[in-house]
Amino acid sequence: MKKNWWKALAVLIYVYVIFQGMLGTVPRLPILNESIRNVYFHVSLWFSMIILLVASLVYAVRYLRKGRLDDDRISVEFANTAILFGLLGCLTGSLWANYTWGEPWPNDPKLNSVAVGMLLYFAYLILRGSFDDEQRRARISSVYNIFAFAVFIPLIIILPRLTDSLHPGNGGNPAFGQYQMTGPMRLVLYPGVIALTLIGVWITELRVRMRRVKAVLEE
Amino acid sequence: MRLPSRLPYLLATLLLLSQTLMAQQPVSDGIEMADRLRADGKIWVVVAVIAAVFTGIIVYLIRLDVQIGKLEKEVKQQKSSEQGVKLS
Repeated sequence: MKKNWWKALAVLIYVYVIFQGMLGTVPRLPILNESIRNVYFHVSLWFSMIILLVASLVYAVRYLRKGRLDDDRISVEFANTAILFGLLGCLTGSLWANYTWGEPWPNDPKLNSVAVGMLLYFAYLILRGSFDDEQRRARISSVYNIFAFAVFIPLIIILPRLTDSLHPGNGGNPAFGQYQMTGPMRLVLYPGVIALTLIGVWITELRVRMRRVKAVLEE
Repeated sequence: MRLPSRLPYLLATLLLLSQTLMAQQPVSDGIEMADRLRADGKIWVVVAVIAAVFTGIIVYLIRLDVQIGKLEKEVKQQKSSEQGVKLS
């Protein structure tokens, strides 16, 4: 129980985010209306997805440096959790877009970039599935992981900012700061990111431990 | 190890307390918000439902955690007993 305090912390913070996110005050904006509260739940998914992808990248590099199969296991599972969060982010984004932008998947650079980025990571999983040799699979997919990350970040963070996008902060749209992203809102969004990231790490930890048990049983 | 584990709880509690002070805001400037919903108090039902869903997911995760922990212990015991046999 000593090592599990951060799980309780994650739950506590997220309960706070749910209550404060639903009941706290938000700026009164046309079109968005109350749906601005989605920021707490939708945007935090993407933020924590990126953090999990960084973790996946770090472990991929660590595998390449030290050659320990366990690092590869951790790397894949971080990527798996990140992909889950990404899919949930697409889903919640579509729901939100349907009511504020008029269609579930408008032709927006950020959305299209994200679609390509998600495909990049699906390809990662498929690539892994195509090897029988463990070491080979780990090595090649670790290298691919580095490339995928190096493409993903410009795709979703830099490119949409160079063109017009419906997302705040892109193509001349006001960013969070000017978007009446008031102090109280930040006090919900950032805890949400922290809590979701911790929950993501928790899910990853569970899956890694399962893989380790499986590996021992297969010996 | 002790201090950092308690500090976050304290911070979270303080955050919770600080928010209630700003609960009221001047109403209506022509933009539709769910003021009525809040006035009727039914928003709590929605919050409770979401909290319940979240709790369910967390309970599921905790059970999974415990089960995997048990499995790990079993595998460890099996391994050590196997080694014991080999050694003797």
